[in-house]
Amino acid sequence: MLQAGEWAYSETLKEHFMNPKNILQGENTDDFDGVGMEGNLQCGDQMMVVIKVDKEKDTITDCQWKTYGCASAIASTSVLSEMVKGRTLDDAFHISPKEVALELGGLPDHKIHCSVLGDKALRAAINNYYTRNGQEDKVKQEQAKVICQCMNITDHDIEDAVLEGARTYFELQEHTKCGTVCGQCKDETEVLLEKYKHIHFGA
Amino acid sequence: MADMKVYFDHNATTPLHPEVKKEMIAAMEMFGNPSSMHAYGREARANVEEARRKVADFIGAKENEIIFVGSGSEANNTVLSLFVCSSSQCIPGSRRGTIITTKIEHPCVLETSECLAHQGVRVKYLNVDRYGKIDLDQLAGMLGDDVGLVSVMMANNEIGTLQDIEAITKMVHACGAYMHTDAVQAVGKVPVDVRKLGVDFLTISAHKIYGPKGVGALFVKHGTPYCPLIRGGHQERGRRAGTENTLGILGMGRAAEMRMIEMPEEEERLLHLKQVLQQGIEESIDDISINGHPTDGLASTLNVSFTGVEGEAILLYLDLEGIAVSTGSACASGSLDPSHVLLATGVDAELAHGSIRFSMGRESSMQEVEYLLDVLPPIIQRIRNMSTAYIKGGLHAASR
Repeated sequence: MLQAGEWAYSETLKEHFMNPKNILQGENTDDFDGVGMEGNLQCGDQMMVVIKVDKEKDTITDCQWKTYGCASAIASTSVLSEMVKGRTLDDAFHISPKEVALELGGLPDHKIHCSVLGDKALRAAINNYYTRNGQEDKVKQEQAKVICQCMNITDHDIEDAVLEGARTYFELQEHTKCGTVCGQCKDETEVLLEKYKHIHFGA
Repeated sequence: MADMKVYFDHNATTPLHPEVKKEMIAAMEMFGNPSSMHAYGREARANVEEARRKVADFIGAKENEIIFVGSGSEANNTVLSLFVCSSSQCIPGSRRGTIITTKIEHPCVLETSECLAHQGVRVKYLNVDRYGKIDLDQLAGMLGDDVGLVSVMMANNEIGTLQDIEAITKMVHACGAYMHTDAVQAVGKVPVDVRKLGVDFLTISAHKIYGPKGVGALFVKHGTPYCPLIRGGHQERGRRAGTENTLGILGMGRAAEMRMIEMPEEEERLLHLKQVLQQGIEESIDDISINGHPTDGLASTLNVSFTGVEGEAILLYLDLEGIAVSTGSACASGSLDPSHVLLATGVDAELAHGSIRFSMGRESSMQEVEYLLDVLPPIIQRIRNMSTAYIKGGLHAASR
């Protein structure tokens, strides 16, 4: 007879959950050069990332965080905080959820969405640093593009739906109602669907 | 890792009662098909019928009113599915095409209802108050000559709230509809007598009463219209096809018998444990709320929401300490929505994500409660220390 199996998570993820690194102690973020927060408590995930920046070299010297969320959310912020130290702001800005998941030794499919907020919060912190230091020109907004005009569905909505489990055009329509009126956006939506499936799930 | 093992998830499932285990092991060589006329078959038949008598006794039913099925979910599916069949033996869907149920039922009732709605059955859902009690006035308003069946669970699996099935059944019968109760969580924890309740259908599961998994029973009051969900065999007097799960049924019979003996003296002890647990949590942890009914609930079930903490994290940190509980958080379920039961009671989504259900059972001890009370406060403290919910402006402030 088999004994109790391991958690649904990798050993690396479990280690980061059991011993999270770089938790921001207390509430004070004054010592940090950039602060970013994403997500909300109603949805069950919220992450805050704070960074210290070497202004000469534009590199991140310290990264701390707070997370409200499940084990994979906690572990992915923890591992992210380790990954970004020493990286340039530009480099850190482009860390993808997939890299975070990879560093964690993989995430179960239904947990991918938990890891997405960490890098979003990091980008918000980097943008916050740029804004505070008179470098507004460097701020990169994550602007959403409306794909389905009829239902006002953006590429972000489509990405969210993929993260929440939509894998086919039909499932995407069930999630978002995109393309349910005139249907002209179908081709563009299908391209995005494949793109986000590839980015997040390597499918 | 942890020395002590604490199983506080009895509403999910229970360990086999030692007596059940003993009897099942002794019966392991019994392989005959109860339908066979030879000695092997007659041995199996005798044991199945003995188990039927024990289960019937336990809930005050007659033996021929008990149908053995594969699970509580199957029993619930069977009852609800009576409504899409237009055979004259079944409850005529055409004339009484409405089903009433509640928003806090088990998913096997809710999803079957949804499926029936696609097939043209009208389904109405009763609201519950903040304690999880259904609104009898709302029920009265919904009842009419279009209603064929009302299905209300007796005890809720997540928050333990008990409904007044006896009163509900009287109302339902007065309008000429049939009454079903999913009593999977109630049977074995509180006295259940089908005659006193007056119900037409009642669902039981073996593995919630220290019996084996994969076996349940459906009580169908004598004379009630019925149509099998699984067809093609004469087993269970043509009411549920498929060769009987003889060993499982035997185990269920023994489990029911043991519950009859042990249940009466157990409730007070469990209630005391729950009070100590609740008081201990209230005294040692700030910002919590208790879900469920303060008095009219299962003695063994305590559901608590911890502000600013996500339930899966609590569950897994407790798992590392050898303590097994469950959570209403979305993350632990694989879905994206937190507990539909807590949301129906008006609990905020954030608090639903941070809910933990402690469900105790016959072997739960004060020592286990004390161990839990030692371990839990530092875990909550630790998670809150890393939670955005506990920073200034963090609470809901960063909503996208």
